[in-house]
Amino acid sequence: MDKEKLADKFSKKIKEITPSREVRAIHICGTHEQAITQYGLRSLLPDNFDLTMGPGCPVCVTPAREVDEAIELAKQGVTIATFGDMLNVPGSEESLSDARSEGADVRVVYSINEALKIAKDVEELVFFGIGFETTAPTNAAILKSNPPENFYILSSHRLIPPAMELLVDMDVNFDGFIAPGHVSTIIGKEPYEVFANKYDVPTIITGFEPLDILFGVLKFFEQIDSGETKVENAYERAVRDKGNQKAQKMMTEVFEVFDAKWRGIGEIPNSGLKLSDEFREFDARENFEIELGESRDIHPGCKCHLILTARGTPEDCGLFGDECTPQDPHGPCMVSDEGECNIWFRYGRRPKMDI
Amino acid sequence: MKEDIIKMEHGAGGELMEGLINSSILDNLRNNSAGGIGLEELDDGGTIPLGDRHLVFTTDSHVVKPLFFPGGNIGKLAVSGTINDLSVMGAKPLALTCSLVIEEGFSVEKLDEIISSMNEVSENSDVPIITGDTKVLAKEELDDVVINTAGIGITKQPISDCNLKEGDKLVLNGSIGDHGLSIMSFREGFTFESNLESDVQPLNKLIRECLDTGGVRAMKDPTRGGLANTLNEMASKSDKGILIEEEKIPINKGVRSAGDILGIDPLEVANEGKVVMVIENGFEDEIIEIMNNYCSNNCEPAVIGEVIDEEKGNVVLKTEVGGKRYVEAPVGDPVPRVC
Repeated sequence: MDKEKLADKFSKKIKEITPSREVRAIHICGTHEQAITQYGLRSLLPDNFDLTMGPGCPVCVTPAREVDEAIELAKQGVTIATFGDMLNVPGSEESLSDARSEGADVRVVYSINEALKIAKDVEELVFFGIGFETTAPTNAAILKSNPPENFYILSSHRLIPPAMELLVDMDVNFDGFIAPGHVSTIIGKEPYEVFANKYDVPTIITGFEPLDILFGVLKFFEQIDSGETKVENAYERAVRDKGNQKAQKMMTEVFEVFDAKWRGIGEIPNSGLKLSDEFREFDARENFEIELGESRDIHPGCKCHLILTARGTPEDCGLFGDECTPQDPHGPCMVSDEGECNIWFRYGRRPKMDI
Repeated sequence: MKEDIIKMEHGAGGELMEGLINSSILDNLRNNSAGGIGLEELDDGGTIPLGDRHLVFTTDSHVVKPLFFPGGNIGKLAVSGTINDLSVMGAKPLALTCSLVIEEGFSVEKLDEIISSMNEVSENSDVPIITGDTKVLAKEELDDVVINTAGIGITKQPISDCNLKEGDKLVLNGSIGDHGLSIMSFREGFTFESNLESDVQPLNKLIRECLDTGGVRAMKDPTRGGLANTLNEMASKSDKGILIEEEKIPINKGVRSAGDILGIDPLEVANEGKVVMVIENGFEDEIIEIMNNYCSNNCEPAVIGEVIDEEKGNVVLKTEVGGKRYVEAPVGDPVPRVC
């Protein structure tokens, strides 16, 4: 059966069991938002169903203070390697890209391995390590494989389940989670059990192909329909119940969990990863003096922090599309490929249409 | 909102450029019509009624980095571009001009190569270049070379880029994104696809034959801003909706992967040898056949969608899973995500 017919079948099944009240699910991940918007999936879902994005944009949730740290290091003459998305994210005052225009050595890399190669040619290299459970294990593995002495990590890793728990605590009104497939391949099913057991929130681990997403949404509605709440794996071809235990072990050996700040959202208990004492020789924060003034997460008018906590959409923001564009971003949600503003800007901002 | 200074995005063919044209050019240049299609219509050219015919007149300044790119050079681009602007107005191009502005220190050998390319396109398309002008500017007053070509053509009935009717079909003469993405990949130093090259070519003969069928309602060449911009302009000028199907839009594999890597949507980049025709329902097979006859390698003419009465002024894309989303007119020139 072709994709369109399958999608239509899912869409019809979903509509058949959708209750007449307003229903809302939060998906966590920028990659989900990208697929949903790019493939126009909202047009296949019921009108009284709101599928909205949560905090899963690593670049967006990295606090301005940590961007400032990277900029400060770059200005000290240290070479900074970072993902392209991070380059244009405004810190408190400026971005890494601005620092680069002023002469700092900031390199864009696609992976930590590329950063390792650059380290051979420069005096000191700091890799700005951002990302969730998906990128942290790779970075951990590099630190365990004897990287060069001039290689450091500025860790800004964050963890997804604690941020989901924050959404529950925040009283954001919603009926269930569409949990991120990539993160789940690492952490498995278990960390989500709390949502079903303690909070009675259906949680569906979902893949990223458009049909995966429709399937995940169908599973969510089946739980709403039956009244039974559980964690369900709708991405079985990639996610095992226990996740990737090797990667998990790697992470716990190299990193320590701590109460981390999220940009514009505040501190979330046990939500960040910092290098453990054993690996402090690679910790940029331990090996360089970084003195910073006050930091500023939210630039005037920017609603990124509300969008990241499902308390708003880009269309609720007065800057969106006029003053704030990917060419001239006012906040991280417009910079990153995984930011909801950037995605809506690229793939059509208005999800409802009259055909 | 009017800005104080001109930014790069003002020249990128998107919404910002439209704003600039409206507020700075149209508001100030008020003597702007010779009785036919005038400046205000913002078409590919203007027209001058002359007995039962119309002269069509257009001009374009060409700058491109690099000057020499896979599939062509600035000379080929300058001649093809102006021929195409006349042709999409429905005119038979009669002759072109060529104004060169050259930077001091520019290589004569390169200049010869550029001019030879211009001659080659001119000969192949039977459009002579009959007058010109040459200026040299001091070093750093200009980057390399700018070529302006103006063109004059003639037609019994100018074809505009609006007047779309419900049920009309949208036909494209081949794959999109090739010019923009080959230049961008070349600039970024990517060599991942050796077959990636610009589609720059004159379209006058193809368009003439299509017009002779009597089924062409409107057309436009999707240059700056790409297919996304062209379709949005057509939809908003005609106050109709356009529905296109993702799976029917021909995009070469190399273009798609370059787009993925650079984070650029092939729908939003320039084409230099493509035309979107709005065809009266029933004529599309004939048009496709003509387009096929003009195909070199790797080109798949296709019916990509139709004109609808709903969603006036909007372009709706039906995705491969049947979902629908809007295709927006790009705001600035697409920027690769790595720089």
